[in-house]
Amino acid sequence: MEEETWELRLYVAGQTPKSVMALANLKKYCEQFLKGRYQLEVIDLLQNPQLAEGDQILAIPTLVRKVPEPIRKIIGDLSNQERVLVGLDIRPLENK
Amino acid sequence: MQTNHPPIPIPLRKTPTGIEGLDEITDGGLPQGRPTLVCGSAGCGKTLLAIEFLVRGIQQYDEPGVLMAFEETAEELSANVTSLGFDLPALQKAGKLRLDHVHVDRSEIEETGEYDLEGLFIRLGHAIDSIGARRVVLDTVEALFSGFPNQAVLRSEIRRLFRWLKDKGVTAVITAERGEGSLTRQGLEEYVSDCVILLDNRIQDQITTRRLRIVKYRGSTHGTNEYPYLIGEEGLSVLPVTSLKLGHDVSDRIVSSGIPALDGMFGLKGFYEGSSILIGGTAGTAKTTLAAAFAREVCLNKGRCLFFAFEESPRQLLRNMRSVGIDLEPCLEKDLLRIEASRPTLNGLERHLVTLHQLVRDFKPQAVVIDPISNLVSVGNLQEVRSMLTRLIDFLKVNGITALFTALINPRTGQVEMIEDAVSSLMDTWIMLRDLEGIGERNRGMSILKSRGMSHSNQVREFIVTGNGIELLDVIIGPTGIVTGSARLAQRLQEQAQADAHQHELDRKDRELERKRRVLEATIANLRTEFESVEDELRRINQEEQTRQPTLPEGKKTLPSGPASGAGKTTRRKGR
Repeated sequence: MEEETWELRLYVAGQTPKSVMALANLKKYCEQFLKGRYQLEVIDLLQNPQLAEGDQILAIPTLVRKVPEPIRKIIGDLSNQERVLVGLDIRPLENK
Repeated sequence: MQTNHPPIPIPLRKTPTGIEGLDEITDGGLPQGRPTLVCGSAGCGKTLLAIEFLVRGIQQYDEPGVLMAFEETAEELSANVTSLGFDLPALQKAGKLRLDHVHVDRSEIEETGEYDLEGLFIRLGHAIDSIGARRVVLDTVEALFSGFPNQAVLRSEIRRLFRWLKDKGVTAVITAERGEGSLTRQGLEEYVSDCVILLDNRIQDQITTRRLRIVKYRGSTHGTNEYPYLIGEEGLSVLPVTSLKLGHDVSDRIVSSGIPALDGMFGLKGFYEGSSILIGGTAGTAKTTLAAAFAREVCLNKGRCLFFAFEESPRQLLRNMRSVGIDLEPCLEKDLLRIEASRPTLNGLERHLVTLHQLVRDFKPQAVVIDPISNLVSVGNLQEVRSMLTRLIDFLKVNGITALFTALINPRTGQVEMIEDAVSSLMDTWIMLRDLEGIGERNRGMSILKSRGMSHSNQVREFIVTGNGIELLDVIIGPTGIVTGSARLAQRLQEQAQADAHQHELDRKDRELERKRRVLEATIANLRTEFESVEDELRRINQEEQTRQPTLPEGKKTLPSGPASGAGKTTRRKGR
């Protein structure tokens, strides 16, 4: 479980403040909690609108956790750290 | 300096839905390039209406469409409408239709800050652009409300969505669930204000009727009534709206009633083609027989006739009519007659109406017989029957079809069961059959209550149903008016007796005259004989006179001539 690489996908639509904010927040959390064991893919739907259907994206920005299963979705600019961690099911490292 | 030209008003453009009847009510279709809200409770056919809008748009108007489904998956939707002959996968393959299932699940979504629904816009925009769609359906946008907890964001986004759809210039249909006390559960009508269509599903006396109403249609006239609609084998059909105006053509041609004597009661020897005829009568007054006679007449003239029997099965009808000399079998064999028999309660009124419409369209009859219309009252309430009949008659008139209805009359009130006033104004010709009851027997009488556009007999004619059909008897007037049945026989006997007596009297007078003549002749003969004998006598005297004459001159030579003539006179006197 610890060894598993996390696959995260962030859907944005252009460089909107919310998108920029979400990306910044996400990078911060990943570095803090998942350092070295995550892959982050940012998809700009303005460039690839056809990708929106696959992950059932409605809200922007949306963060999708593909791996580990099950798939989870988190919407919003990820500014609420607690909810992001709950949503992604990340246990803060401090607890160890 | 520029002159200010007043802007030329552009009439509201409309996108025809292709749904039967709906385009008539909306006066051409849904507002083009604007969203339309279709709301209704569960099971109303909202989704169906929306899908039909898309499919007809593709098939009839070559306008590609996008269906964004929030509740059902593409496969489910496809399967649901296959029974209606809509092949969604084929349309998708042809690049005319795009189905996008939007899955919203609260449990999968965690809110962590600000967001918007740009993803939805992008998806929709992509779908529209990829096939050049002109029509868009959002099937139950309200599903979003269960998925996103932030109502404020959602509402502003939905408002933005509708605005965005308008800007895109696509004609959109948005379905929504009916709410308590409001049109939609989430108050979507606040956002979509161009056109709102309400679907309703009502159960009355265990019979469901679906109704459609246009709540509003900005910038256009529209039918304001509730229109019944049906989900049939070919999709939705909103029921007929031909009654919006009275502008149908009329015919001057005459069709026979099938009974020559009855034709004779009309000034023009029959009914006008395309008119509506009501045969009203109490039970057992041979309404069906009259109707069948008419049907056969139509068929004999190479016309097609559609016979709706709500009381008898086709076989029973054939048998019964054969017994009175009206053989409908050959008409059936030549496919000139079609008998549709069903119990009125089998379907709701509207279903009956649609069945009729479909049959009329397929069979193209010149005449339609409905036997009887009063039975339909058992299906709906008075109001509904009225409106159904109005539409039915209008429909038939517009198509120039002669319609003959029978109606049962309540013997107690003497009125057609409840529908009299509603129906009478719709009917051009009204034939009344009645029981003429008296001195222990019933006889059937027929009279014409009205016949628009031609003169008609005012008599109540007695008729009998014989093995050769219906025969009208001559009118016999007795001391107390028209006499029928055995009174008619009695009257006839009495008249016969009178005639006989009269004849006797005449004969007697003749004989008397003869006798008188003979007496006179005898007298004349007598007189003549007498005369002859006198004549003989005279002749004899004359001769004597002449024989005596030669002797006279000798004697007279001495005498003057005078006494000679005097002597002659004396002789004549003496002869007498």
